Amino acid sequence: MPVNRDTVLDWMRRFAGEMAEHRAELVRLDTAIGDGDHGTNMDRGMRKALERLDSADQADAGAVLKTVAMALVSTVGGAAGPLYGTLFLQMGGALAGRDEVDLDGYVEAWRKGLQGVQTRGKAEPGDKTMVDALVPAVDAMERAPDLDTALKEAVDAAERGTRDTIPMVARKGRASYLGERSRGHQDPGATSTYYLYRSAAEALGG
Amino acid sequence: MKKLINAPDAVVQDALRGMEAAHGDRLRVSYDPAFVVRVDAPVEGKVGLVSGGGSGHEPMHGGFVGPGMLDAACPGEVFTSPTPDQMEAATKAVNGGAGVLHIVKNYTGDVMNFDMAADLGRGEGIEVESVLTNDDVAVEDSLYTAGRRGVGVTVLLEKICGGAAEDRRSLADVAELGRRVNANGRSMGMALTPCITPASGDPSFELGDNEIEIGIGIHGEPGRFREETRSAAEVAERLAGPIVDDLPFNSGDRVLAFVNGMGGTPLIELYVMYGEVARLLGDRGIQIERNLIGNYITSLEMQGCSITLLRLDDEMIRYWDAPVDTPGLRWGV
Repeated sequence: MPVNRDTVLDWMRRFAGEMAEHRAELVRLDTAIGDGDHGTNMDRGMRKALERLDSADQADAGAVLKTVAMALVSTVGGAAGPLYGTLFLQMGGALAGRDEVDLDGYVEAWRKGLQGVQTRGKAEPGDKTMVDALVPAVDAMERAPDLDTALKEAVDAAERGTRDTIPMVARKGRASYLGERSRGHQDPGATSTYYLYRSAAEALGG
Repeated sequence: MKKLINAPDAVVQDALRGMEAAHGDRLRVSYDPAFVVRVDAPVEGKVGLVSGGGSGHEPMHGGFVGPGMLDAACPGEVFTSPTPDQMEAATKAVNGGAGVLHIVKNYTGDVMNFDMAADLGRGEGIEVESVLTNDDVAVEDSLYTAGRRGVGVTVLLEKICGGAAEDRRSLADVAELGRRVNANGRSMGMALTPCITPASGDPSFELGDNEIEIGIGIHGEPGRFREETRSAAEVAERLAGPIVDDLPFNSGDRVLAFVNGMGGTPLIELYVMYGEVARLLGDRGIQIERNLIGNYITSLEMQGCSITLLRLDDEMIRYWDAPVDTPGLRWGV
């Protein structure tokens, strides 16, 4: 599938579906090492995002992602709001004004999004955050020969990156106050990022 | 869970309606986006002070809006940071042309959301500065965590900076004073019982009948250690000791001593604690110049307290003593 307004809209609808479906799982993961609201907040944010997408025509893929970003920023709160908001805002900026982008353009947008997340949250790989899913996924996409392969490998890399957060000690966010006690738990932010890639592969792959 | 609420997801809005009903003569409430603002905002030529954070810590921050303290406060959901659109709207509402100071407690969500709001405010051509509070000495290894949490010093900083802003000091001056207050203040808290957020309905952590947690955060973040219940004198030593050692506070220092209730502790116990703190500081030659005792930065119905010490200078004392007229703090008016 090409990356354009309609496929990115489909991606965002699927991501909203994933957040609703996995709301309880994300709450459970976040209760173990955070404040237990990640699933509730992301579900609320994505439902608001769909409302806004439905209420106005979106010019292009960039506009879709900016609409989602502003909905998340104003409804999610916590750290997830600004982080996912920044991710989509940066990606949207990279895709704005273009009817369709190829693999290079799509990877470029992810690179911008990742940079935005790291600037906002100051997290590095290994800190037990969403960055641990994002970095390997974006790296995997960069190496792939075509979009479909890129998305499949990004999903695998994000899943591995998410699992790899289990033995990590958190160094960012509320989980960091647990120190050693954060070990043995999967990071909820990395987990929701894995679902973001899974929904991207479903909407844009094949 | 037993609470005086209508519905868990309506708590913040319902409480705002109560604030408006009670204090509508001096506060204006915006519901969407949610913020509380001085009725006479923006005050021409005065630096605007905006703070905010998760709800559940009342009277902080909404109860500190008024002449001599904050110009606006943004409440998030219970224990959840407010969002940049709230902060941006509040920033615009209090901009009297002399710039706006954001007072931010050091929690990951608060910092990131205020960061975005400051970007948005500057995008509108408003001069925005931020001051961060991170006074909780219970967080020891701050290199490898999100850093020390902002707690009791926040209340003192909002009052002192509020006095300076009312005195028409510049944005740079008020921000510098705020950073000085934070640099000279230290806090630590403890819990006798956990608290229950309306949304979850469950205790934020488990604590045995005979257990207390020393170093607790205001959202139930784990402290330094748990132990068996102690006397007030021993608890005061466990809190004040690390505070005094951390800055450190020395013999001859003049301080403001703040004994804060977590929400569920009766005032009689806070006075027992204050007596112990006064004795303990007296033994070390530290002179209490000012004090504050009561529930000001709370954690819902949690039982427990925190102690904050602030090393004072003449300027801080002057602005601490300046008139303040808010629902939560009121003197000199």
